[in-house]
Amino acid sequence: MEVTNRVRGYRRENADPPYLHPDYKATQIRAPAQPLIPLAHTLSEVTGPVYGDRPVGELDNDLTRQHGGEPIGERMILHGRVLDGDGRAVRGTLVEVWQANSAGRYRHARELHPAPLDPNFDGGGRTLTDDEGRYRFTTIKPGAYPWGNHPNAWRAAHIHISLFGPAFVTRLVTQMYFPGDPLFFQDPIFHSVPDPRDRERMVCGFDLDNTVEEWALAYKFDIVLRGRDATPTE
Amino acid sequence: MTLPTPSQTVGPFFHIGLPYEDGPRLIPDDTRGAIRLSGRVFDGEGEVVDDALVEIWQANAGGRYDHPEDTREEIPLAEGFRGFGRCATGGEGRYEFVTVKPGPVPHPEGVMQAPHIEVAVFARGLLKHVVTRIYFPDEQEANDADPVLSSVEPDQRPRLVAVENDGALRFDIRLQGDGETPFFDV
Repeated sequence: MEVTNRVRGYRRENADPPYLHPDYKATQIRAPAQPLIPLAHTLSEVTGPVYGDRPVGELDNDLTRQHGGEPIGERMILHGRVLDGDGRAVRGTLVEVWQANSAGRYRHARELHPAPLDPNFDGGGRTLTDDEGRYRFTTIKPGAYPWGNHPNAWRAAHIHISLFGPAFVTRLVTQMYFPGDPLFFQDPIFHSVPDPRDRERMVCGFDLDNTVEEWALAYKFDIVLRGRDATPTE
Repeated sequence: MTLPTPSQTVGPFFHIGLPYEDGPRLIPDDTRGAIRLSGRVFDGEGEVVDDALVEIWQANAGGRYDHPEDTREEIPLAEGFRGFGRCATGGEGRYEFVTVKPGPVPHPEGVMQAPHIEVAVFARGLLKHVVTRIYFPDEQEANDADPVLSSVEPDQRPRLVAVENDGALRFDIRLQGDGETPFFDV
């Protein structure tokens, strides 16, 4: 059998938080204690589920139209581009989101926050990026919520975002935050990313140009996946 | 060059957006050689992690990835098989996939890798997913020659090999502490 030797790997630059961030209590018993084992990329790592198996419906990117009525809250457009580490568009990649409702409550059996559920809001959505790497959701702005990590702990408002990119090693799950959130200072998940410049890349920008007059505000959030090595290894 | 967006935890509420009905099933119903691959996820205190999400990625039975960069057209793709699975753990911290054993795939050093499945685990308390590999118990010779498995300390290699159990394969994942699963920096 012919062996395909050449593999072009993905770059190691990253801004990810450490596994152990003691201020975020759950990391204390879930973070691996042993150092990770270096793995030079093989065909198994540079391939991946390009968009998973999940079919994407026409309305799946509109979280305000999943029920008969409209959800309560501040209607907003969330849009941006998915780029690789060299600034090129990542086309046709699946973007999955989930979030709390405008009162800061998730539609979830384990949710403990006694804020109201919204019968017109589930909080999940998905879409594929277009040929220029663009994605777009219509939703409502999620509320902040308490979470018991420490006394009077509140999560800064955020939307969870999951992406695949072109390879197993470009998989990214992150959270997008809103500019100027007064809760940042006490949110250890946000602060698990040590460098403030890296944290800044998890904060969307208010985007006046894409607001829809008399209808919705807009926020822009570009997502950058790992870049690729310039040359293959053999 | 643009710097990547940092990872953040998947949190406890990902069920709203990520799991889907066919996620744990990688193959059509009538596939020959179907295997059940299951296991439990444990934390550093030995408690089950019942809010984890396990994803797998693998080649088909012939060793071909359904991906544009696997250009070995002499190995056919398998109809209805993409090689990706996703399963949320339940009350006992258990995940389960129905899939096929992948064939061997090449390594850049010019040898073949032993059949393996790539695994990513996401959970509350994991600020970034952890990555490991599942190898197969009936492939001892190939496992011994596998460059990636050989990079793991010898006493820890067995932790990356699934255990045959009543016709199914079991692979437990220990995030931390005694018997910690070796995780890779990919």
